[in-house]
Amino acid sequence: MKPLYHLGRYFLLMMRVFSKPEKFSIYFRQIIYEINSLGTGSLGLISIISVFMGGVITIQSAYNFTSPFIPLYAVGLGTRESIVLEFSPTIISLILAGKVGSNIASEIGTMRISEQIDALEIMGINSASYLILPKVLAAMFINPFLIIISMFLGVLGGYLMGVSTGACTSYEYIYGIQSFFIPFNVYYSLTKTVVFAFIITSVSAYHGYYTSGGALEVGQASTKSVVYNSILILIANLIITQIMLV
Amino acid sequence: MIELKNLTKSFDGRNVVENVSFSFYKGKTNLVIGESGSGKTTLLKMMVGLYQPNNGSVLYDGRDFTALSEHEKQGVRKEIGMLFQGGALFDSMTLEQNVKFPLDMFTQMTEAEKVDRVNFCLEKVKLMDKNALYPSELSGGMKKRAALARAIANSPNYLFCDEPNSGLDPKTSIVIDALISDITHEFNITTVIITHDMNSVMEIGENVMFIHQGQNWWTGTKDEILKTNNKELYDFVFASEFIKKVYKEKV
Ligand SMILES: Nc1ncnc2c1ncn2[C@@H]1O[C@H](COP(=O)(O)OP(=O)(O)OP(=O)(O)O)[C@@H](O)[C@H]1O
Ligand SMILES: [Mg+2]
Repeated sequence: MKPLYHLGRYFLLMMRVFSKPEKFSIYFRQIIYEINSLGTGSLGLISIISVFMGGVITIQSAYNFTSPFIPLYAVGLGTRESIVLEFSPTIISLILAGKVGSNIASEIGTMRISEQIDALEIMGINSASYLILPKVLAAMFINPFLIIISMFLGVLGGYLMGVSTGACTSYEYIYGIQSFFIPFNVYYSLTKTVVFAFIITSVSAYHGYYTSGGALEVGQASTKSVVYNSILILIANLIITQIMLV
Repeated sequence: MIELKNLTKSFDGRNVVENVSFSFYKGKTNLVIGESGSGKTTLLKMMVGLYQPNNGSVLYDGRDFTALSEHEKQGVRKEIGMLFQGGALFDSMTLEQNVKFPLDMFTQMTEAEKVDRVNFCLEKVKLMDKNALYPSELSGGMKKRAALARAIANSPNYLFCDEPNSGLDPKTSIVIDALISDITHEFNITTVIITHDMNSVMEIGENVMFIHQGQNWWTGTKDEILKTNNKELYDFVFASEFIKKVYKEKV
């Protein structure tokens, strides 16, 4: 009963979110603003995580490839594939689900309990569309760029770590990351990213929009949005992978 | 004119507003008074469609608001200005952006015209030169006044004020009452004010409804209030010994 109720209410909300906007110029301004806050706001965190994770993946690959039959350039190849296929799109999206998701849920939740959403409604504005649509579109637009940057920095972190610890040589690593490259994998990754961006923003906005009560409930909405986001991202990951890679 | 017909709203099976019928007139300051918790805010929220009434209807100059679709309601709402009990200013915007917001959304004014209008409204509520401040940088009373400036920015036909002068000093209170009254008469709009401030009632109470336990208990004008022999209204008006004394001395 409860899941169906939430599902129904979520889809009704999305129908309001994607109805015709009142004034395009204002929405455009909001989208630019959100791109800036969602995009540049997460860049630092993503960069640091990507460099470190790239480094760790490289060391672990080298550690595991002890057989003399496996050429050392496999370290570079393995690092690239791990990062492009799974680490950047999925793990970084999970991190964004925590950072951006809780932010959106608490922002919209606070607007709800302080009657700011009611104030928008009274003015004759579709509050769902005004508040949520710019965030959804901005994230779907900017997240792929964040993920591409993350991929690049992850591979770079692997190089720095691999070469400096002597896990592989510079030549082998660079040869490795250029070998057997399948462009479709990047396409697959970015498709996942866009879907995850939609989940993160719309699910957190849903939890914030239907907050009622006070500060306590805003906190709960924010926590719930992170939990649901993470679970939904993992499920979507499985489904998209099954459809696109198998 | 706004007409209420048998409005009823219950929360968890308890009637918070019960069978209220009343008319708010155009060009008059219409007051809803009553104790805390008597259902005033609930009544107002039903009138603007934030709460769905369990029964009854609200007519805006003959248009049955409760029967309209969500899209048609938006049309009526563009004619409404509302001051919320807590202000409800947008946190992420400066004072100027808050007041300008309805103009951005619904008018074709040029930027210069909008800024003029914003400054005009801010001057009315005595908040000039505060344009660049954020709501978190304002005092409680200033938030109230800013919210009033936003409510009147787009020249509404219907103005709703939920306790416009709670949290204000007596002097500013009088200024705000006078402002609301002036706007009402000058632009001939329908104004509904919720208050429990007896001073306001005596200043601007042209058409008063006293709501008690969710019911329309008494209606009349400010002059009739003082002569009332309705027990609940008398207890409400003369709750303070001071007022009782002053009134007795005057008579
Ligand atoms: N959303 C709600 N859910 C349940 N009960 C509510 C809700 N809103 C109001 N009530 C109840 O309805 C009653 C009337 O509340 P309302 O806010 O209308 O009072 P009020 O007359 O505006 O009081 P005040 O002067 O203190 O603002 C209160 O007893 C309150 O507990
Ligand atoms: Mg109230």
